[in-house]
Amino acid sequence: MEYSEKVMEHFANPHNVGVIEDANGVGEIGNAKCGDIMKMYLKIENDIIVDVKFKTYGCASAIATSSIATDLIKGQPISEALKLTNKAVVEALDGLPAVKIHCSVLAEQAIKAAIADYYTRQGLDPELYVGKLDDCCDLHDHH
Amino acid sequence: MRFVYADNAATTAVSENVKNAILPYLTEQYGNPSSLYSFGQTAFRAVEKARQQVADALGAKKEEIYFTSGGSEADNWALRAAAKLGEKKGKKHIISTKFEHHAILHTLAALEKEGFKVTYLDVYENGIVKTQDVENAITDETCLVTIMYANNEIGTVQPISEIGKICQSKGVLFHTDAVQAVGHIAIDVKEQNIDMLSLSGHKFHATKGVGALYCRKGILLENLIHGGAQERGRRAGTENVPGIVGLGVAITDMTAHLEENAKKVSALRDRLFEGASKISHSRINGDRESRLPGNFSMCFEGVEGESLLLMLDMKGVCASSGSACTSGSLDPSHVLLSIGLKHEVAHGSLRLSLGEYNTEEDVDYILEVLPPIIERLRDMSPLWEHIMEEEAKKNA
Repeated sequence: MEYSEKVMEHFANPHNVGVIEDANGVGEIGNAKCGDIMKMYLKIENDIIVDVKFKTYGCASAIATSSIATDLIKGQPISEALKLTNKAVVEALDGLPAVKIHCSVLAEQAIKAAIADYYTRQGLDPELYVGKLDDCCDLHDHH
Repeated sequence: MRFVYADNAATTAVSENVKNAILPYLTEQYGNPSSLYSFGQTAFRAVEKARQQVADALGAKKEEIYFTSGGSEADNWALRAAAKLGEKKGKKHIISTKFEHHAILHTLAALEKEGFKVTYLDVYENGIVKTQDVENAITDETCLVTIMYANNEIGTVQPISEIGKICQSKGVLFHTDAVQAVGHIAIDVKEQNIDMLSLSGHKFHATKGVGALYCRKGILLENLIHGGAQERGRRAGTENVPGIVGLGVAITDMTAHLEENAKKVSALRDRLFEGASKISHSRINGDRESRLPGNFSMCFEGVEGESLLLMLDMKGVCASSGSACTSGSLDPSHVLLSIGLKHEVAHGSLRLSLGEYNTEEDVDYILEVLPPIIERLRDMSPLWEHIMEEEAKKNA
């Protein structure tokens, strides 16, 4: 198993790490038992993601996927962020080892969870916009 | 940047003595030990000298030592041979522990598919098997007890002499995977009633790809590889002469300096434990006293092991972890789970294994870089956030 330079770069110096105090969409996915948890903070104004921050507990690829996924959605409209697939995350990192693909799914799901939270706070049914979210440990079946 | 090799349980550097002893066999002395002319016989004598050296180091006889490609092969061979002997007598029960190396566990799983029954004994919170449990588990059907000498992840040393005594009195074969122990702690196969023992050269400054199986005289060792008279006809194939020569030198050197090495290495290890234990929400894995001199194993809550070891790597420190992400599977290492650690704690494990070449400066450097790395990972960890919230609630 070997990580691409891009993965190591994002792991060593991850972008957008931290907390947004006045976030209006927060999503957390994964659990400690599985060994990875991602928490995304979104600041959304006029359907645009104006700021995004994350906290991640997990392996190098979990941290790197969080970092690149936040880069990819920053400044984007919600509709674009919802289109972000785990495949796009993997490609942006120049690939991930097969056993680490689930980390990219986790990043996609964490963003969706944060957007779902945004809709819930707006008094809207998130499932209409975001669909159903996967449970974390099932994600590991992607191995 | 400083380079600190602290993964001596994975492999060790080849010693200067070993390198010098091997060199002639890589260059001018390239004869085949099976050739009858004197050029071949020089190589033969070198192999037999190494066999004597290994035997002497273990308190065994020369003809009880079989060279292999390493520890895994020796483990596979020993278990297969003992199972075969058991089967002949209609005895198909084997006793082992939950935290053996996979070379043992996976061979046992294969034997289970062939109709053997295996009892996997608990190793409790301290990572040490209870001799009473071994005794209680032995039945009339038992053909083999296989228990590792010292664990590769948490370093705990097992009560091998006591287990040997029990097996001898019950007439059951006793094998021990001593890959982590040989060269680091004193072993005497006769005194300890060990029937079979596996060892691996590269764990004590010999080269990779060479190991040995000790098999007590009188135990019929099943042929492993057919096609030649090497290793008393049990394992065919032209000998790895340079590797074997190096193994003999390494085991002799290590056995001669056992006590002073253990004293030096355990002092370094204790310094490491003392320093790292100051990090909050940390714990030492396995018994503090009955462990290999160089083994350090701890868990740090709220961080994940792979990230931890890659960040240590960026600082020039070679370490190891038993987290799921480093094993390429879902679960953290079976060893950490066997001592009762929760998954989320086991994911944050760190193993540092020190050797004779490490220095106090190495240890101080690790203690300088480790705490900030853990702090950085905790700062970005939602799990750490949860742990802190839980504590605040409790204290409120």
